[in-house]
Amino acid sequence: MNEVTAAANKYLSIDNLWKAFGDFLALKDISLDINEGEFVCFLGPSGCGKTTLLRAIAGLDLQTKGSVMQGGADVSNLPPSERDFGIVFQSYALFPNLTIEKNIAFGLENTGRGKSEIVVRVAELLDLVGLPDQGSKYPAQLSGGQQQRIALARAIATNPGLLLLDEPLSALDAKVRVHLRHEIKELQRKLGVTTVMVTHDQEEALSMADRIVVMNHGVIEQVGSPTDIYREPATLFVADFIGEMNQIPAQAGGSGKVKIGDAEMKSKPHEFAPGAPIVAAIRPEDVIPHGDGARSPGAPDVITTAENAFEVTVEEMEFLGSFWRCRLKSDRFGDAALIADFSINAVRRLELGEGKQMTIELPDERLMAFPRAEG
Amino acid sequence: MSDATLNTLPEGPNIKGKLSRDDIIMRAGMGVIALYLVVTMVFPLYAMLSKSFSTYQFDLATYELQVSDEEGNFSGEILNPLNLNATLGIYGDDDMITGSDGRLPLTKLFPDFSFRSTVKYKIRNKVEGGRFLVGSTLHTELDWLELDSNTFRRAQIRPVKATGFGNFINYFSTPALFNSIKNSLFIAVISTIVTVSLAFWFAYALNRSCMRFKGFFRLVAMAPILVPSLLPGIALVYLFGNQGMIKELLFGASIYGPIGIVIGSVFFTFPHAFLIISTALAISDARLYEAAVSLRASPWRTFWTVTIPGARYGLISAAFVVFNLVITDFGLPKVIGGQFNVLAVDIYKQVIGQQNFEMGAVVSVVLVIPAILAFGIDRMVQSKQVALLSARSVPYQPTPSAKMDGIFLAYCTGVALFVLGMLAVCQFAALIKFWPYDLNLSLNNYQFDKMDGGGWASYFNSIKLGLITAVVGTSIVFFGAYLVEKSNGFRIGRALFQMFAMLPMAIPGMVLGLAYIFFFNNPANPLNAVYGTMAILVICTVTHFYTVSHLTAVTALKQMDREFESVSASLKQPTLKLFGRVTVPVCLPSILDISIYLFVNAMTTVSAVVFLYSPKTTLASIAVLNMDDAGDVAPAAAMGMMIFYTNAAARIIHLIASRGILKRTQAWRTQ
Ligand SMILES: Nc1ncnc2c1ncn2[C@@H]1O[C@H](COP(=O)(O)OP(=O)(O)OP(=O)(O)O)[C@@H](O)[C@H]1O
Ligand SMILES: [Mg+2]
Repeated sequence: MNEVTAAANKYLSIDNLWKAFGDFLALKDISLDINEGEFVCFLGPSGCGKTTLLRAIAGLDLQTKGSVMQGGADVSNLPPSERDFGIVFQSYALFPNLTIEKNIAFGLENTGRGKSEIVVRVAELLDLVGLPDQGSKYPAQLSGGQQQRIALARAIATNPGLLLLDEPLSALDAKVRVHLRHEIKELQRKLGVTTVMVTHDQEEALSMADRIVVMNHGVIEQVGSPTDIYREPATLFVADFIGEMNQIPAQAGGSGKVKIGDAEMKSKPHEFAPGAPIVAAIRPEDVIPHGDGARSPGAPDVITTAENAFEVTVEEMEFLGSFWRCRLKSDRFGDAALIADFSINAVRRLELGEGKQMTIELPDERLMAFPRAEG
Repeated sequence: MSDATLNTLPEGPNIKGKLSRDDIIMRAGMGVIALYLVVTMVFPLYAMLSKSFSTYQFDLATYELQVSDEEGNFSGEILNPLNLNATLGIYGDDDMITGSDGRLPLTKLFPDFSFRSTVKYKIRNKVEGGRFLVGSTLHTELDWLELDSNTFRRAQIRPVKATGFGNFINYFSTPALFNSIKNSLFIAVISTIVTVSLAFWFAYALNRSCMRFKGFFRLVAMAPILVPSLLPGIALVYLFGNQGMIKELLFGASIYGPIGIVIGSVFFTFPHAFLIISTALAISDARLYEAAVSLRASPWRTFWTVTIPGARYGLISAAFVVFNLVITDFGLPKVIGGQFNVLAVDIYKQVIGQQNFEMGAVVSVVLVIPAILAFGIDRMVQSKQVALLSARSVPYQPTPSAKMDGIFLAYCTGVALFVLGMLAVCQFAALIKFWPYDLNLSLNNYQFDKMDGGGWASYFNSIKLGLITAVVGTSIVFFGAYLVEKSNGFRIGRALFQMFAMLPMAIPGMVLGLAYIFFFNNPANPLNAVYGTMAILVICTVTHFYTVSHLTAVTALKQMDREFESVSASLKQPTLKLFGRVTVPVCLPSILDISIYLFVNAMTTVSAVVFLYSPKTTLASIAVLNMDDAGDVAPAAAMGMMIFYTNAAARIIHLIASRGILKRTQAWRTQ
């Protein structure tokens, strides 16, 4: 849906951007548009170039080639001080010898604001980030999460048009992290500021972003909403990087068919020629468990697509709190196992246990085909 | 993803960043400081190098003479001085080699010359560019000049200048000169071995034993830094000199020579070696010792397999630093060297004694080579040690052992007695009326105004120099380090700057001082005006001690978050505001360290400034040298101890000031 948004509210646009460090290409031909007020996450494994792209947008490390347009103006070669953005680093980079108030006020000085105006604005910002009485402390006297909020307050103090966050939460412990996710998202929504956040934590990206940019080895693999990225991964890399994914070596069958072992199953439509080597992929939670049909108390236990259902043996079960993760064996996969996540309910209802035989179904609209690298 | 096209950058020009106002300011600032280093170091060194290759020779063939009879009538016969000399054999080839100031009288070529005679002489330059003096008037014209005998006496020919290895050939064919190389290397190697061994066990005792009084020993070990290197020489004269208190202990050997130089060198290099080795021992990893204990390795084996390898970079680095200090030191061998010639003193003798500047430059070039080698190896070793440091974690905790702690306490007491003893001897000497004949106490030796060396004015000049150097030097060094550490892009410029900042460490003080004469005393140099002023002493001292100060500043700056500048730029604040509001306050402890380092060194340095002081800017450390030279050894000791007390007081004030300032401005550190 974002693709159809009118170009009118396009705020940031990156065109054919390259970045070389010596011979090494850290960013290769990156093109990306970001809309006004949007929250975009750059997501990818360590070293894929997320930070490099963010720093190019900020002008902190100039790209080698390509252009950056911000708010309709070409900022490609401008130094950071002539661009319009606020930034928060993983280290927070709070000035250790200045009080919290002075840290936040740092960017408000020399901007034509009066002293009293600055005091009011600082108080307002401290309120906004939920730390109203901490102004006279020094950064070292605050917890990591509090320091992060101060860094955020300092970055948005001057109402920048663009907020850049480089792994802002990764130095915090898990609980605080989850809490701050919501706060940052809330704040961003309230201010309506266009935001780019770098992270390598998929959960963070999925829960906060309007759109996710998945990167790998200096290229963009896929851009889309969190559900798009999760449900419709464009490449095997994306499928694998976000969430769990079963990957089964297979051949393409006719249109909308894949061949696993000797059996042909229905799958999502694909464009491979019959017989082409592919990887058939399905998420563990998409595997449907079936009993013998008779015992289900409510709706009847019906197999929708007969050719996608088959017998498996439960080899191993692991309880993960809200569901059971099961390793399933079948002749069709040879030595490989299929991972499936079953609800506690289903396990109880089907009386599943290690060693037990059962029927599963791989729903055709969730069974995807990706190209397989030969060899 | 079309793969192949993604492996190469597309054609076309790269993005060229627009410089921000801050970028421009920072680059300009860096340029100014780099220019400072070029003018105060690179240019003078170049001037010195070119001097060492300038040779001066008398060329007799380029003059013509005529002699009249007693009535003053010339026969018209033209004499050539070259032929005259060849037949008479007055001057040999060696006499033709001279310095830039060389003058050769011509009267010797006429055996029956008498200034009272009525015989007249005519002289002229045969070729363009020839030069001769009559009195102080220079003649370069080709016309004949007629002189009576009395005036001819004052006619001297001037040498011609050429470029070549002549001075070096001359140097290496004069055993009296090149023997100094052997001597210098000899005392440097011996001193290095002794100092490093002593300092290692001292540092070991302080880091690895549970001995008592560690704080006191640490303090004592650092004391020699506060005095000029020639002070231990004076103490040794009092102890072992011709009328020494305990000269019997030498069994007839003379303290004037290698023995004295080595003992004195051990004294003044000890703190440097101790600091480096102590740091190396402090960062060793306790886990290795735990492993050794669990493997039931004997203490001796643990020592050789764990301790020594762990401290090896520290030991090597300390060795090269000590070697460098000893081989470049001038004050100590000047006082106690006797007939034992070393390179640094040779430079002084050539320049001050014989006014042979070219030969001084040659010895300087010879001295720079081992100094640069030692410096280079030390830098290499230190970069490895840094890598070790960051990888280490658990600090070692010594366990008490009555026997070992006792041995170490005895050892450290011995070393402390050596250090304190030398200082005490100097203080004692200063307060005695006339050793060894009148042992009454008096303050006569403090009446500096009655001695050579500039009197009390020297002392106050030294303090002035120390203070100005501390303020000016710290500002230049810290700002320079900030610019080079925190500016963006401009890689070549920054690398070049780093190189300039490291260079002074490799240049011996004597060499720098002599280079300054060549560069600043040149009338054609517009900077000539600073020659003989306090300004040139400040410039020289700042440059001489630039490297250590720079490294201290860089280390402090590296500990600052790299993103402060990015945040500041994103907030559209000038970088200089960040510098003043955040960088300087946070780095204040290091800034104070740099300033006390510069102050103390300005108070004690002799080598560079010995060529540069003027009657109005005599210094305390130079006064020690000159009073000692003039035989006023007791007043020299008194002045030396004044330097010691002043430096000790400065350190205490520095400590109190640091504490006070830290408390007020760095409340954020205490949380
Ligand atoms: N200044 C530099 N010089 C050379 N190579 C660099 C430089 N900065 C980054 N790189 C390289 O560029 C690649 C991308 O780096 P970048 O910091 O953008 O990764 P990232 O995606 O942010 O990773 P992480 O999640 O670890 O922060 C890496 O391979 C890195 O080694
Ligand atoms: Mg990164």
